[in-house]
Amino acid sequence: MASSEEDGSGNGSVEEKENGKKRSLGALATAWLIFYNIAMTAGWLVLGIAMARFYIQRGTHRGLFRSVQKILKFFQTFALLEVVHCAVVHTSVLVTGVQVSSRIFMVWFIAHSIKQIQNEESVILFLVVWTVTEITRYSFYTFNLLNHLPYFIKWARYNFFIILYPAGVAGELLTIYAALPYVKKTGMYSLRLPNKYNVSFDYYYFLIIVMFSYIPLFPQLYLHMLRQRRKVLHGEVIVEKDD
Amino acid sequence: MKHYEVEILDAKTREKLCFLDKVEPQATIAEIKNLFTKTQGRSLKDEDVLQSLPVGTTATFYFRDLGAQISWVTVFLTEYAGPLLIYLLFYFRVPFLYGPRYDFTASRHAVVHLACACHSFHYIKRLLETLFVHRFSHGTMPLRNIFKNCTYYWGFAAWMAYYINHPLYTPPAYGDEQVKLALAVFLFCQLGNFSIHVALRNLRPAGSKTRKIPYPTRNPFTWLFLLVSCPNYTYEVGSWIGFTIMTQCLPVALFSLVGFVQMAIWAQGKHRSYLREFRDYPPLRSPIVPFLL
Repeated sequence: MASSEEDGSGNGSVEEKENGKKRSLGALATAWLIFYNIAMTAGWLVLGIAMARFYIQRGTHRGLFRSVQKILKFFQTFALLEVVHCAVVHTSVLVTGVQVSSRIFMVWFIAHSIKQIQNEESVILFLVVWTVTEITRYSFYTFNLLNHLPYFIKWARYNFFIILYPAGVAGELLTIYAALPYVKKTGMYSLRLPNKYNVSFDYYYFLIIVMFSYIPLFPQLYLHMLRQRRKVLHGEVIVEKDD
Repeated sequence: MKHYEVEILDAKTREKLCFLDKVEPQATIAEIKNLFTKTQGRSLKDEDVLQSLPVGTTATFYFRDLGAQISWVTVFLTEYAGPLLIYLLFYFRVPFLYGPRYDFTASRHAVVHLACACHSFHYIKRLLETLFVHRFSHGTMPLRNIFKNCTYYWGFAAWMAYYINHPLYTPPAYGDEQVKLALAVFLFCQLGNFSIHVALRNLRPAGSKTRKIPYPTRNPFTWLFLLVSCPNYTYEVGSWIGFTIMTQCLPVALFSLVGFVQMAIWAQGKHRSYLREFRDYPPLRSPIVPFLL
């Protein structure tokens, strides 16, 4: 669920938990996080502008991925740091890890490795979704850290996902689906028997399993975001079922 | 002196959490908070006698619903019977697992037959220990555990068994030497694991739930207690390392690794509760790996 806006993967100093407690970080940690979030906001802004410029100048999406891939790869890969940030901002390492991993997976193991699908419309779809999502998310964290969060950014963060999240999932699934024939033909990233490790791996079937895994995962994350939204924007007390 | 009655309600749900019936007028809020947590925190054992509890003439019990439960014995039997049977399905190459031309054929590698014997022995041993050796502290665990645990055990068993019994299986690189060494390690650790289970059983009389520090007995396998709090886990990891070397199969290595991580976590927990409960706990012991972990 690469385009999900998991509330928890925050690099803000405000922990948006049930009790809304504000946790103060050390000065150095805060300074770093502010720098990080400003940099990421800028990076995704540049990516967005690069995509817009390409489309305006060329009138087509063909070749767009190739032209922006360096920026995309740099900033999306850099986001791996957010897993480390979890230790400081007290958010779930697991959720952040899953999120960042799924982005890395789409960028490197699908879009980068399977060049034939780079001109698919679905790629543009998830790129646009990710760009809007990340600009909103990182600027939210930035302003939060600086304690000057404009309401419209908070509103954006907790409303855009309603459309963006399903759209992003659609883009990702369609892209993976488009990649399947090429994976099957080349047998890439696969290990066949016999071999001395007595193990095998079929990337084609792995991708199919990944696609099916969206079915249980997407609704859970989406509902979680909806609950967060109700809490943050409307102050509703949600009694969550204790598992 | 007139005593107060203090009623504490949950701020969100308004339900009654606690009723303190004899509170001194001079009591501070801190003291009342203390009284409250004392009445809440004490979880009772089945054996506790009503008279011995710190209550007045009216005892108030707080009921906590743990959710649907299932007995430990049922969970163990189910999660161990699965791998035993599943492995055999692959060993006998039952239809639909490999191609039709391999149905009900046998592997031509001796190590594959040996591996089946070892794997089956391991799980039969576990089943018998569950029925006749182990003494469980808790009767039950949450119901959802059985689904989690069975997925883990059955899933890994199928994954391992598929490759070991595959027609294209590659036997160990160092041949018979490797298999003999692996078998020795495996058997040694199985005996060790069993010895620890018996020693732990003998620590606790039938039907009781007492806890004592385990010590080495005359059985040399139990001497590992000198260095480690949970030698049963140490031996278990050892057995699976042996099985990995025997089969030279990556899924087995991964299963051993995951099992090791889980058992290390359990061992740390057990070690810490030993330290908390017993002042005179032997300082040389580490949780699962001598001197290291």
